[in-house]
Amino acid sequence: MLKIEDLRVEVAGKEILRHVDLEINPGETHVLFGPNGSGKTTLLMTIMGFPGYEITGGRIVFKEKELNDLPLNERASLGIGLSFQRPPTIKGVKMRQMLEICGKEAEKVDTMAQALNFNDFLDRDLNDGFSGGEIKRSELLQLMAQNPDFLLLDEPESGVDLENIALIGKTIERLLEREIKPREGKSQKELKRERKKSGLIITHTGYILDYLDADIGHVLMDGVLCCSGNYRELFKCIKEQGYNECVKCAV
Amino acid sequence: MQRQYEDKTALAEKAKEKPATFGGDIDLDTFSPETREHPYQDDPSAFSDVEREQMLKAGIDLTGKNRAGTFVQKDLSVVHCNTSQEGMEILDINQAREKYGWLKDYWWKAVPVDMDKYTSRAELHQEHGYFIRSLPGTRSIYPIQACLYLGEDNLAQDVHNIIVAEEGSELHIITGCATAPHVKSGLHVGISEFYIKKNAKLTFTMIHNWAENLVVRPRSATIVEEGGLFLSNYICMQPVATLQMYPVTHLVGEGSTARYNSILIATPGSELDVGSRVLLKAKNTRAEIIARAITTGGKIIARGHIKGEAPGIKAHLECKGLILSDEGVIHAIPELEGYRQDVDLSHEAAVGKIAREEVEYLMARGLSEEKATATIVRGFLNVDIEGLPPELKGEMDKAVAISEESLL
Repeated sequence: MLKIEDLRVEVAGKEILRHVDLEINPGETHVLFGPNGSGKTTLLMTIMGFPGYEITGGRIVFKEKELNDLPLNERASLGIGLSFQRPPTIKGVKMRQMLEICGKEAEKVDTMAQALNFNDFLDRDLNDGFSGGEIKRSELLQLMAQNPDFLLLDEPESGVDLENIALIGKTIERLLEREIKPREGKSQKELKRERKKSGLIITHTGYILDYLDADIGHVLMDGVLCCSGNYRELFKCIKEQGYNECVKCAV
Repeated sequence: MQRQYEDKTALAEKAKEKPATFGGDIDLDTFSPETREHPYQDDPSAFSDVEREQMLKAGIDLTGKNRAGTFVQKDLSVVHCNTSQEGMEILDINQAREKYGWLKDYWWKAVPVDMDKYTSRAELHQEHGYFIRSLPGTRSIYPIQACLYLGEDNLAQDVHNIIVAEEGSELHIITGCATAPHVKSGLHVGISEFYIKKNAKLTFTMIHNWAENLVVRPRSATIVEEGGLFLSNYICMQPVATLQMYPVTHLVGEGSTARYNSILIATPGSELDVGSRVLLKAKNTRAEIIARAITTGGKIIARGHIKGEAPGIKAHLECKGLILSDEGVIHAIPELEGYRQDVDLSHEAAVGKIAREEVEYLMARGLSEEKATATIVRGFLNVDIEGLPPELKGEMDKAVAISEESLL
């Protein structure tokens, strides 16, 4: 689905990603760890295609298509979706209208909003006065409407209260086709094999992992993916030893 | 009665050369003061397709559908006037003056006749205008529409309108100003005096659809009594040479409210000097002035003035401007004046370009850059107006949508 080869990225003339190789297959969800400033958000923003994240080397390939020179909207059309950490407020554009923009299916908006207890926000200006947790729900709702094949989630649990974190977790699980739901005529194993949705999730606290399973974890240190493996094992190590342990490997 | 009218004319004579406080000075003699009379039309469908279309762009629907009444003045002639709802009155102002002796007490009582050369001209050259009144306790379901149309090139149109919402009544008006497609230049001076009685509500939505070389100088003022509400919406999105107006509302009754919303677009060559002023003179009065200005190359001066002179008042002024071309200018001039300890006056002004991060946000959801920009501009113009009936909101949205097409 996504293949990144020897990626180097500069932001405002400063090299942030120095060497990144990453491959995410259809149906896989990867978790990205790393200390503040290591370049995690930069990697997500570069995959999405934000101007200002200048690729100085290497390439990003998605569904066999090189993304390097494609604008944001064309990457979105190819099936990449990103949940924003701090999305801007757009006055006069209603939440409902945004969902119609994302999904082009106006009739489904109310049903989708219900899943995230968000109906009361549909006629409000986009992100206007939303709390941290409301922003997260708004972003996930937009992704639900957009229905991308590949999800980029930047700390989906930050600022979310305990009551809503399960809801956020469940929604992401659904977006990634990872819910365990008995389906007639098909085993869970078959469903798993048929799964197409993939994702790359940044988490600091790891709370989201209480509600969501992933496949592989990576640690990004100083612009280099220095470690990959079992995401729970990695997280446990980071929790106990901090990123000091990773420094040893990131030379 | 005649005496009172004559006194006003004498005052106007003295102000003939008095320049206005704002806006470029206009040589009024370059416009023709006369033209032929147009015949009265009983049936509004008798208007030409072109006229109907031009009027429709200014919110005037000559089918009369969803309207409580219609007034149309073409050049210097009243060509149609009717009302279909009991309790709502629409008359040619000249007829109204003959019919109602008491109208002298409303004539130049809100707007001073000697304010400047334009008010003076409106008195000395006045040709019609409308009188609209809602009788006590009546409520208009559909709006009344009034159209001032310019069909002759280089003509000066000077009208005087008086609007009275009697005690406890509710009145909605749409006024559209438009020109024939061949009209390139002209002068429009419109005096509008609004009187809102105790606990009455008036919404006034004005849509301007002028021509490139038109000079426009409206002069309006409103007096609101106890518990009354005045809601004024103004839309000017089409080219105009120069437009200057600074309507004022006097909140003289306790607990009265005024709200002004303006949507202004200056295309290259247009100069708009538009403001709204509210004088809060009574206890517990409220005011809100909101302006949205976009320049695609023209100049906009967006003024606003709130003056709080009584206890317990609250008022807010907001001006937001988008500059979509380096040739354009937006100059916001908000003013707040408080004369009491317990007044609550605030203002908020912001002028700039479209935020890049907003465009990118929408692009990340799949919109092209052009569509993202258009969506943001549309949102910028989409002001939620508290207290505006849905039918009127619909008319405003329609007018904005028509203009957006040419803008974007």
